[in-house]
Amino acid sequence: MNGSAPSVVAVVLVTVATLAIGTWGLRFSRTTSDFFVASRTVRPALNASAIGGEYLSAASFLGVAGLVLVFGADMLWYPVGWTAGYLVLLVLVAAPLRRSGAYTLPDFAEARLASPRVRAASSLLVVAIGWLYLLPQFQGAGLVMEAAIGAPQWLGAVVVAVVVLVNVISGGMRSITFVQAFQYWLKLTALLIPAIVLLGVWVGDGAPNPADAAGGGDEGSLWSLPLGSGGAEGLYLTYSLIVATFLGTMGLPHVVVRFYTNPDGRAARRTTMVVLGLLGIFYLLPPVYGALGRVYGGDARPDVLVLELPQLMVPGTGGDLLAALVTAGAFAAFLSTSSGLSIAVAGVVSQDVFGRARLPGITAFRLGAVVAVAVPGLLALAAPNVGVARAVGLAFAVAASTFCPLLVLGIWWRGLTDVGALAGMAVGFLGSGTGVVYALGNEQTLGWGAALLGQPAAWSVPLAFATMVVVSRATRGRVPPHVLRFMVRLHTPEAVALDRG
Amino acid sequence: MTEGPPERVRVTGPARRAAPRRPRTSEIDEQTLLGSVLLGSLLRSQLRLAFVTLLPLAAFAAGVPLAFHLAPGLADVRVLGLPLAWLVLGGLVYPFLVGLGVFYVRRAERNEGDFAELVEIAERPGGGLEP
Repeated sequence: MNGSAPSVVAVVLVTVATLAIGTWGLRFSRTTSDFFVASRTVRPALNASAIGGEYLSAASFLGVAGLVLVFGADMLWYPVGWTAGYLVLLVLVAAPLRRSGAYTLPDFAEARLASPRVRAASSLLVVAIGWLYLLPQFQGAGLVMEAAIGAPQWLGAVVVAVVVLVNVISGGMRSITFVQAFQYWLKLTALLIPAIVLLGVWVGDGAPNPADAAGGGDEGSLWSLPLGSGGAEGLYLTYSLIVATFLGTMGLPHVVVRFYTNPDGRAARRTTMVVLGLLGIFYLLPPVYGALGRVYGGDARPDVLVLELPQLMVPGTGGDLLAALVTAGAFAAFLSTSSGLSIAVAGVVSQDVFGRARLPGITAFRLGAVVAVAVPGLLALAAPNVGVARAVGLAFAVAASTFCPLLVLGIWWRGLTDVGALAGMAVGFLGSGTGVVYALGNEQTLGWGAALLGQPAAWSVPLAFATMVVVSRATRGRVPPHVLRFMVRLHTPEAVALDRG
Repeated sequence: MTEGPPERVRVTGPARRAAPRRPRTSEIDEQTLLGSVLLGSLLRSQLRLAFVTLLPLAAFAAGVPLAFHLAPGLADVRVLGLPLAWLVLGGLVYPFLVGLGVFYVRRAERNEGDFAELVEIAERPGGGLEP
């Protein structure tokens, strides 16, 4: 199925449409504020589509179906966690984060704790998480290009990196918002229409139950068990995955930066509510592919099951066209998530590195974008393939162990100090970072040691929270004097007029 | 565009706030006792709401794996041909999450509305004791 013409056309169309919408959005981008946060005027419906478009990465579009095919029901926790993460974010963070009036996570940290050191640590973390998340996107793009149109693997990574860079440099956040919103609906369509056709084929075949099929991966009832390989280890791994995804969402730099584009706290909440709905609709679909893959996808590669299944189930031109549609969706997934991450990383790099050099705002942002894209782009070419869902899962674990405690305690607890925040983030980062290094270097996932290191969130997140609280208590004298005023700003509704200085 | 792009103008407008700042909320700004009490009440009601919203989520996330761990036979239970875990984690969970989200947003906005009213009353001349 290499070199199918409709797939080539699909990839080209998505690329052209992305660039065209980005250029169109450029007409509205004038100020530095446009570039960073679209001047904070994006309405909930548009912003929610944009968040959905940005958030649904290759891991959601391709990874979930493949994991479900191989490992079965325990992998359903990934999409559940990625959606539930938004509920946790909505309840604990959304409105106050918007009202804090900061541009980025480091801005929030500095404003809340009045400490340049916490700011510097947060900036490093944003870049680390952003790159950890960008790397598999670029690699996945290479994989898709290879599977869909027979291109060499490096080509996909380069195309995605260049398109993202052009879009981010030309229009910043304002133009990206339109691109992302378009890409949510493209991704939904690209999974929905083939899913309906494939389900029709399946019903026509007498609807053999996937749970009884002999397809690859876990057998029989293990496939229907939402608990890894079962046993106490399986339970631990499942809980750890739940903690990482439920709490990690709020700490992802490209998610957080979106909240500053809402007009006010109330809109931030309503946006998040719409996002929950959009994600819920989308995540009904990938497991369908995984389940059908068990019946029909005997020789499909799990990584690209979504791309290959249409041609396995529908012979001839129909299958080619459906495959082209999912290829377009997959490509949109790489482009949108990479764009969002690049914007977030570029914002931090430009403020904290190039901003110091007194470059004008937009020039600094553009330089930052080059760095943000080039480094993970080169890494993607050099590093071995790490598996999209796995690397993304680790990025969630790091975010949950560092930014989640910072945000939750910073927003709800007056007693947080700069030293406490630094200590907590350091502990969380070391804990989850060890897991990242271990997981990237080791394929083996058996035994308790591997479980604890490979899925660190269940212990590293509570440890980070505890460290932050204990150290803050011990350094009580360092609570910033303006804390009450800042808390007022975070929690007071816009209807009450305040000095929001 | 034959005459080249129009000259770019940096627009730095005033803060986007519909109402001009009124002095009657100075209580909260100035960290007076009254302001502190008012904010404390808002924080408490919002935290209580957060707890009430996240409790069902936590119960779900903790309970489902535990149930399957303690009773592995659940993996073989079928509802309308679908394995139970698939029905719950592949479908039913999403309306549940959206429902919790809608519930939270409504309540949170009501809490904030109550708070805005409270501030209004507290800041009236006479401290809100007039009829």
